[in-house]
Amino acid sequence: MDPIEHTIEVEDLRKRYGKLEAVAGISFQVAKGQIVGFLGPNGAGKSTTMRILTGYAQATSGIARICGYPVASYPHEIKRRIGYMPENNPLPLELRVREYLKWRAQLKELPMRHRGRRVDEVMERCDLTRARDRIIGKLSKGFRQRVGIADTILADPEVIIMDEPTIGLDPHQVIMIRDLIASLRGKMSVIISSHILPEIEMTCDQVIIINGGKIVGQGTPNELRETFIDSTIYELEIKGDLADLRESLKRLAANLEIAQFDEADERGFSKVTIRIPRNHDIPGNHDYGEMLFSCLSDNPLIRARSLRKREAPLEDVFLAATRRSWETLDTELASDSGDEGNDAEKTEIPAAN
Amino acid sequence: MRHFTTLLRNELWKLFINPSTYIAAFLFLLIMGFLFQLILLDYAGDPKEENPSVTFFRLFFLPVFFMVPLLTMKSVADERAVGTIETLMTTPVTATEVILSKFCAGYVYYGFLWAFTASFHILFYSFVQEDSIFDPYPIIGGYAYVAVSGCLFLSLGIFSSSLTRSQLIAGIVSFSLVFGFIVVGSFLDELALPWANQPQWVEALANHTDVLQHMRDFSSGIIDTRAIVLYISCSLAFLFLSILILEYREGGS
Repeated sequence: MDPIEHTIEVEDLRKRYGKLEAVAGISFQVAKGQIVGFLGPNGAGKSTTMRILTGYAQATSGIARICGYPVASYPHEIKRRIGYMPENNPLPLELRVREYLKWRAQLKELPMRHRGRRVDEVMERCDLTRARDRIIGKLSKGFRQRVGIADTILADPEVIIMDEPTIGLDPHQVIMIRDLIASLRGKMSVIISSHILPEIEMTCDQVIIINGGKIVGQGTPNELRETFIDSTIYELEIKGDLADLRESLKRLAANLEIAQFDEADERGFSKVTIRIPRNHDIPGNHDYGEMLFSCLSDNPLIRARSLRKREAPLEDVFLAATRRSWETLDTELASDSGDEGNDAEKTEIPAAN
Repeated sequence: MRHFTTLLRNELWKLFINPSTYIAAFLFLLIMGFLFQLILLDYAGDPKEENPSVTFFRLFFLPVFFMVPLLTMKSVADERAVGTIETLMTTPVTATEVILSKFCAGYVYYGFLWAFTASFHILFYSFVQEDSIFDPYPIIGGYAYVAVSGCLFLSLGIFSSSLTRSQLIAGIVSFSLVFGFIVVGSFLDELALPWANQPQWVEALANHTDVLQHMRDFSSGIIDTRAIVLYISCSLAFLFLSILILEYREGGS
């Protein structure tokens, strides 16, 4: 028996609209309490996958399970276990906030005696108490977005699916939503899709990059960096000659490259960026920091003031992953993403208790 | 069906708080009142055999032509256009509950509109000469007919609305269906004229579907069960089709 309890399991999911295959064989799993980010360019199949998970759209083939129930055969069981916020967050504009949430609580089968309390609690949590008696159609975008989010967490579902929850919010509200999502960690499984990459990086335990209906990268942000970024970059500040530096760094790695060497400042230090291409045969975290230090201290002509490893932003990972999927042939891609999928599963973060 | 009342209450509440509900009701009563007044003016000119209330019911199809499409075109199509159908169908509600709640809300509103026209008859009978005979049965029959036929017309409207996401198309389809049912149904035997020797069954069918005849029967006190069966079974069929469409398109069950 699998020691990790998976609340969402997707196996070889496909969805075809006429000639277009919107989702072309996606498989992934989400452990209980995990937060997963869906990344992908527009039209990659994120929303379609989410709709299939909610039972709103039907897959052409493949199996999606929520809490062990296949979505297609038990639509009612899964609808009691999910909270879903569609893209663009549609709301009935003529109702008042509290009125709407109370109605949704009734539809989601919350017991009558908890209903009022739960609605108040959720409004408090989403900072909606001030707007409780206002008409939804007259609220600002940020407020509406929060009404949508309040609705998804209303019934305390086991799985939350949100399609672009932070779209159109100001930074203050984005932080609020991020904290809210992070507070669900360990209790509910959350799938969010977003274009805002730092968002995903900060909140998600696992990132799934989709392009052209296929998974092109999967894992924690660090694992993805490992897979898609083919060099380690260090930034140092040194006092000394470029030639001397090159000489002393030679023994560190044969294919080391000095990407940038700035003019020395008034104290004689110059900023240097070095790139060490990755050797894919050697696994590991490619940390050259200590070796760099020892190389530099061995050479008396060079004095180092600072050394810093530059983490590749998720943007680069995203661009690399999607570019690779466009360049690679389909067959190669299929086997590739399959392998990555397995790796990611092994290293999945178990549910926090 | 545990969500039916929740959904129905919400539909009625939305009708209640929406200003367009009141504007539509006002215009409906204005037109109906105008028609009733015209009938009375006509009666004042030269005396007639029939009760003016009966003549009023003869014109029932005029408001039906415009009210039914306007009342129902929004129901499913608008939810689809706004996207709220997606949040609705991903809660544990069934397509049956959604369609029936929309139908019932529309029916309640339609019923209210017609109920207000009862005031015309009340006003009329409170001002007629003392010695005139008050016969309530044509009025009761007329309202019974409106109630039974309303089921069918509204289900045609809900069906059209569930076909599409555009309110305009829903409205046109529903107008065509209602118009088709009333006009084609009433003149089926005449429309089948090009048939050189009309088979017997065309005539039999035409007798069955003659909407205007049904109205005449009901308002003269003949409650024909064949007509009731026709209207109720057809409305159930169209509601069932709407449920199937919603289930197919929005994945509920």
